[in-house]
Amino acid sequence: MRSRRRAFATFFFLRPRLALLALIALPLLWLGVVYLGSLFSLLVQSLFHLDGFTGRVVRRVSLATYGDLFTRANMDIVVRTATMAAAVTVATALLAFPPAYYMARYAPPKIKAALALGILLPLWSSYLVRVYSWKLILAREGVVSWFVERARLTWLLDALLGLPGIGGPSLSVSAIGTFLAFVYVWLPYMILPVAAALERVPPSLLEASSDLGARPAQTFRRVTLPLAFPGLVAGSIFTFSLTLGDFIVPGALGNSSLFIGQAILAHQGTAGNIPLAAAFTVVPMAIMAIYLALAKRLGAFDAL
Amino acid sequence: MRSEAAGAPLGLRIAVIGVLLFLHLPFAVIMLYALTTEDASFRFPPPGLTLDWFQVAWNRPDIWAALGLSLRVAGAATAVALALGTLAALAVHRSRFFGREAVSFLLLLPIALPGIVTGIALRSAMGLIGIPFSFWTIVAGHATFCVVVVYNNVLARLRRTAASQVEASMDLGATPMQTFRHVVLPHIATALVAGGMLAFALSFDEVIVTTFTAGQQETLPVWIFSQLTKPRQRPVTNVVAVFVVLSTSIPILLAHLLTREGTRKEP
Repeated sequence: MRSRRRAFATFFFLRPRLALLALIALPLLWLGVVYLGSLFSLLVQSLFHLDGFTGRVVRRVSLATYGDLFTRANMDIVVRTATMAAAVTVATALLAFPPAYYMARYAPPKIKAALALGILLPLWSSYLVRVYSWKLILAREGVVSWFVERARLTWLLDALLGLPGIGGPSLSVSAIGTFLAFVYVWLPYMILPVAAALERVPPSLLEASSDLGARPAQTFRRVTLPLAFPGLVAGSIFTFSLTLGDFIVPGALGNSSLFIGQAILAHQGTAGNIPLAAAFTVVPMAIMAIYLALAKRLGAFDAL
Repeated sequence: MRSEAAGAPLGLRIAVIGVLLFLHLPFAVIMLYALTTEDASFRFPPPGLTLDWFQVAWNRPDIWAALGLSLRVAGAATAVALALGTLAALAVHRSRFFGREAVSFLLLLPIALPGIVTGIALRSAMGLIGIPFSFWTIVAGHATFCVVVVYNNVLARLRRTAASQVEASMDLGATPMQTFRHVVLPHIATALVAGGMLAFALSFDEVIVTTFTAGQQETLPVWIFSQLTKPRQRPVTNVVAVFVVLSTSIPILLAHLLTREGTRKEP
């Protein structure tokens, strides 16, 4: 037994390629075949189409489903989702900067570790519960309304909710509510890369800038901000991509106007139109591909 | 950059505290609403406080069923992720081969793409081949994005392992299995536990991919999501939400501590 085991060991030691293959075979089989295979089947399905009379999927390659995708109503969904993703990305970038800057520049090691944990914990845990909490906070009779009422600002809230397009009967059923919940759930994804980018800015550069007579605001705008830019782009890839594919937040807090994720869910579910759901999925993938290419052009990856 | 704790401007400190409150206060709101006596609306402030909802939740068979399914799925997905993630990390660490970068990228892809892409891709493949929804279809979906968590943790630890220890073990006549068990495994043990706990927390909390691969089966997050649209006994949902927060935070905290300890031991 022992000698056989040794022969086995020698066999693999003399054939490192084979040993490597033995290690990588299962993970590759899973991700390369099951996962990539599924992605490929998604593309294939998007080329099939649903027969309008029988309600069955016709397994013949054509662009009919993409014809359905590029209708006015569906393009409205795409534009609405992309606009939300852009707004959420800008808002998270603004909110992420103070804690990231503080962590990188001022926080002593212990506080920095505590801050990192305070940001990591919400990132890893309970995405769904965190969305749900905004349902409670923004409800008509909920926390925000109570504080608004105490501050005698109800008129302002009502005016806000009265705005066409982004308003609604209450904050918990409006585009504003959807926006707030999105900003809340994706904020940690922006803080961490921005903090990492700021961490790498050498303090000597900032000192040099002020020695040369720049005011703090000038140093920030001319030195800190450009050097933090790759971090902002990295964070924006997360916030943009996550918003494009999400259906939980608009499902929980939105009104009846759909987002891409909800459209995909509806088409594959009750409608049974998997080809159209698949074609819809190609949209966020295409937008992200363009986004990544653009980010690369801007040199965001070179600096990372 | 350098630490200058004393020098942080007041405005910056206030902004930092504000952002942290924004990140954490919603958890407090959920806790509060798990105790409210009002069950028809989300009235604030709650008219009264009670612990009754914990008992009501305890006696609800649908919650137990969903919890049981979630635990079994998370357990199975974690097991698959541990096996595949460790294998992949060992392979990528021990040799440079053609397509090594591609393997890393492939492992990362399921979390780099929006969850809905993974979900609908698996769903469409199942539809194409004709696989019915089952416990294992949920596990397959979860394992796909959990593998990378284990892989990252183990690979980071392996990079800090001295190759000379492995060589010494082999020179002294140990077989690869013995070397793995007595040298490599003790070294990556805490990374495995940390990666496993993060994978478990990810799976236990996952709802987007699950929606596409579960069919009629209800995991705990799917149960919560269904309560968002057609609520009955709202405070019970809040009790479950509190439970989910606690049961995902604890493994995440432990994983954080374990990987930190790993770095401190470094010479």
